Amino acid sequence: MADLFLSYSYLVLLWPFLAFLIIGLWLGRYNRRAAGLLSVLFSGLSMVCGIGITYGYYRRVLARPHLFPDKTLLVNQFDWLNISPDLTVRMGIYLDPISVMMIVVITVIGFLVQIYSLGYMEGDEGFGRFFALLSFFAFSMLGLVVATNIFQMYVFWELVGVSSYVLISFWYHKPAAVTAGKKAFIITRFADAFFLLGIIMVGYFIGNFDFQDLNAPETAAILNKMFMVKGIGVNLLALSCLLIFAGGWGKSAMFPLHIWLPDAMEGPTPVSAIIHSATMVVAGVFLTARMFPLFAASALTLTIVQLVGAFTTLFAAVIALTQHDIKRILAYSTLSQLGYMMFSLGASQVVDNPTTAGINPLGYSASMFHIFTHAFYKCLLFLGAGAIIHTIHTNDIGRMGGLRKAMPKTYWSMLAACLAISGIFPFAGFWSKDEILLGAWQSGHYLTFGVGLLSSGITALYMFRLFFMVFHGQTTFGRQLKTEDPLMSFSIVILAIPTVVAGYFSKEIFSAYFSSPMVWAADKQLLPGHPLWLPVCANLLAVTGIIIAWYLYGRGDLSHVRLLTRRRGIGYQLVVNKLYIDELYLFVTHKIIFSYIAAPIKWFDRHIVDGAVNMVGRFLHICGTGIRLAQNGQLTVYLGATAIGIILLYVLGRLPI
Amino acid sequence: MDGSTLLTSIWLLPFLTGMLIVPVGRANHQLIKKISLTGSGFNLVLIIWLTLLFAARVSLAETGVDTRYTVLYFTLNVPWFSMLNIAYNIGVDGISVLMLLLTGIVIFCGVLASWELKEQAKEFFILLNVLVGGVYGVFVSFDLFTLFLFYEVAVLPMYLLIGIWGTGDKEYSAMKLTLMLVAGSALIFAGILAMYYESGIASFDILKLSRIRFPESLQVWGFPALFIGFGLLGGLFPFHTWSPDGHASAPTAVSMLHAGVLMKLGGYGCLRVAMYLMPEGAQMWVEFFLVLVTINIVYGAFGAIRQTDLKYITAYSSVSHCGLVLFGLLAMTYVGLKGAVLQMVSHGLMTALFFALIGMIYSRTRTRQIHEMGGLMKVMPFLSVAFVIAGLTGLGLPGLSGFVAEATIFIGSFANANPINRICTVLAVLSIVISAVYIIRSANFAINGPLNEKFNALSDATLVEKLPIAILVFLICGMGILPGWIINLVNSAIEPIVNNVTR
Repeated sequence: MADLFLSYSYLVLLWPFLAFLIIGLWLGRYNRRAAGLLSVLFSGLSMVCGIGITYGYYRRVLARPHLFPDKTLLVNQFDWLNISPDLTVRMGIYLDPISVMMIVVITVIGFLVQIYSLGYMEGDEGFGRFFALLSFFAFSMLGLVVATNIFQMYVFWELVGVSSYVLISFWYHKPAAVTAGKKAFIITRFADAFFLLGIIMVGYFIGNFDFQDLNAPETAAILNKMFMVKGIGVNLLALSCLLIFAGGWGKSAMFPLHIWLPDAMEGPTPVSAIIHSATMVVAGVFLTARMFPLFAASALTLTIVQLVGAFTTLFAAVIALTQHDIKRILAYSTLSQLGYMMFSLGASQVVDNPTTAGINPLGYSASMFHIFTHAFYKCLLFLGAGAIIHTIHTNDIGRMGGLRKAMPKTYWSMLAACLAISGIFPFAGFWSKDEILLGAWQSGHYLTFGVGLLSSGITALYMFRLFFMVFHGQTTFGRQLKTEDPLMSFSIVILAIPTVVAGYFSKEIFSAYFSSPMVWAADKQLLPGHPLWLPVCANLLAVTGIIIAWYLYGRGDLSHVRLLTRRRGIGYQLVVNKLYIDELYLFVTHKIIFSYIAAPIKWFDRHIVDGAVNMVGRFLHICGTGIRLAQNGQLTVYLGATAIGIILLYVLGRLPI
Repeated sequence: MDGSTLLTSIWLLPFLTGMLIVPVGRANHQLIKKISLTGSGFNLVLIIWLTLLFAARVSLAETGVDTRYTVLYFTLNVPWFSMLNIAYNIGVDGISVLMLLLTGIVIFCGVLASWELKEQAKEFFILLNVLVGGVYGVFVSFDLFTLFLFYEVAVLPMYLLIGIWGTGDKEYSAMKLTLMLVAGSALIFAGILAMYYESGIASFDILKLSRIRFPESLQVWGFPALFIGFGLLGGLFPFHTWSPDGHASAPTAVSMLHAGVLMKLGGYGCLRVAMYLMPEGAQMWVEFFLVLVTINIVYGAFGAIRQTDLKYITAYSSVSHCGLVLFGLLAMTYVGLKGAVLQMVSHGLMTALFFALIGMIYSRTRTRQIHEMGGLMKVMPFLSVAFVIAGLTGLGLPGLSGFVAEATIFIGSFANANPINRICTVLAVLSIVISAVYIIRSANFAINGPLNEKFNALSDATLVEKLPIAILVFLICGMGILPGWIINLVNSAIEPIVNNVTR
């Protein structure tokens, strides 16, 4: 049974792809309702396959550690693109703890989000199209996480990018949605161009794209040399690692490539829930984790990973404090949480001192753990926000309030999720965030640790600001609100279960199985232990955040907030306007690229290059006209010309040359 | 029917179809179109048959083949002007077969896409058939003289097709296009004659000439003459300006054929004649042309960003993408050459699709300005989705044909350890971002956004229009998802050429 699931593991991708084909080509326009149901059914089947794979993988690999020391199993491989006799790109399914974990997350959340969408998208004109695209996304995301080589990953990486683009601009008649889609696509594409360069580079120097070869210790040794271009040398290892990481930088929306993610909230809320919070945006973290053994050989790479992650964590949390759009607050909180996952990977590099050196496995497993727990509670937050928007038709939390009575199921589930994301004991987020902070502490990155700790307090503050403003305070809706949609609250309530318990129950699994690719692991005995003050401190900070939020927003009296925001200093202006980074981008794209590069090129092409062609034409035309004048058939002209010629000859003959 | 007869019938059939149209009455549009469609359809069947025969022969001969020299299949060598050693010398290798297949598909779709053409349909279809016959002839000829003859036959009808059935400033565009291409032909002919006399065997036979090492004094000017001559048709910077005006003015089927197939004649000529016969000259000039071609790629993409006419956008993107063909060739590696051939096919399918779609959209909206469109997805979902797919192919999305070709080219070009190659590769890879900008921009203006009130009553594609679109989309996806079958066709042909080029 276990082997059966493994040998047919491609089915997990095939079901959503079939749903996409059937709905996209035919059923979507023929019968919308049936299309939705078919999509839900197929994603359910995909989930069954995903859970089957997990079971099979456990029985075959994890239960027999002596046979699979690296816990990796490759199934269903075939040759896809024969580039040269020595270089063939293969497609296949790569099973190891992190890919299996992602399969579970993607299929389970995908299934729940599809059920939710049946309610959320009801009556929408593009109902069929929506489910086709959602299925296509599930297909490409699954393809990404099971990639056996970096080339396959890039293939599916681009496919998730394009499904994100079409789903953000799903309501294609809305200019804001269309612009947001464009922004998301082009920014991630920009990062992906570097990613592609990195792939080409390692492919050339290693002669192979397989992760198993790229992550072998010998690869780092081969790459660790200077690459000379006209006398300028670069370390090849750091260069290729950073180029590859650039892909993850864009996809996981790390600062300063983060600006597409908040705008991506223009898409339908189920899309934000699955693509822009739970699964696709963690692809960058996943890529870093997948290439971790190679990255770990390059200290520079890990340092950059850590700095970028830590900065994004704090930066996004601060901005989230001032936003008013419920989905954008959640988007900034996603950014902040992605920052946690990213810096945890980077901070696993133990700060050099005589006793300890190498990689702290905890940083890696904690990051993966956080992907897992975050997926559930963040998805729940988005689905809850979607339910609220669906009921009261606004995104502005300033215009919400007192929804506690009208939406009890959403209220309680959202409360659990807010506690989870704030890292309150014993909710899911507590366990993973605690490990992340511990990892950074153990490895000696005290600044990063401090940033993480501080951000967890800010997280509690902005999340409960949102929570109190939405659910507490005065009701601004006089009329009777419609009751919660059963399909939608079903998914929300189901997700509340892992939000509460996923951390406690899976803690052991993560610490036991998620440390395999550590080549340069530091000695665990020499690292500091787990101090009790750390979780206590984090929780105290979070509780303080909640109390402040309650004091400011929870009592139905916003006078303190008004007092605070009245003194709009430069700092506040900067934060509210997101540090003006969007404006900077607009300046670069519109002013520099459009006006100072593209427009001159257009002019140059029309007037100089094409002008030269026209000049040649005109020159020939003039010559032709001149010659035609000489041959106009009039005897007098000919005689005159002959006379002039004779005189000229005579004169020339007499010249003293 | 044996292979060589099949080859002869393939290039002859379009001319026969053209002659068959001659006696038909001018008013009988339906019959004219049906004859053209039957002719091109039957020819497509012949080509598919040829491809299958070829695939069978190649897989039989796979082991023990001498990879030093090009092996031709289905050859026929009949002396023509024996005094001058001119022969009717035909045959195919993997590249030619693929190009024939591409031409067959594009012309079949092109005839379908011009189903609504009304004015002077008779002359239009006759000329179109003559043009295609010439293109087929180029791809099967292995005698430089006949190749050049067919090349001219393919280029010249373009003047009339654009000048009479075009739109906008059509006389100017047609004149510019023809004159520039004829100037290129002059260079090509000079190169061919020089090889003829210098070879010492007074032969036009490509295979025989390929074994001769021409003196460097000849190659040093012969290669650039041939490369520019053919490259002109392939959109080589700075001789590309015929292309935007030409494409913009040309009628739908002509744009499809021109960008889809004729521009490939340029790349094909650069490969088969310029680089194959003068490899030492290529080595001398490679860096110079590499820089020009990189300018092509980046400059074409930037040129497309600011255009507002859909046809100009596509024309500039063609300049950029055809630049990639030449870029792959100049990589001078096995992988690079293979990528170039794949890019020819991919770009052929993609631009054919683009121009077909633009023609169909234009026939409804009566404008090609993206600012005047908007929200077309609502009224013509089929055309819009196909347009998005064409665009995604253009920006190199995996799963569609463009990515397979581009990735192969980049990998092949990076494999050349010359620093200039490396730098140019980096620039070319980064240009995919710019492609994304102009493609998403045009899709957002034309397809997305609020629907323009004027277009409320427009209809989606008719069945006849859907057919060519569906064929092209299917092939683009097919090549992107399962590239193996195409690669197997060309593999055997690339190796001898690379061996000759890097000898």
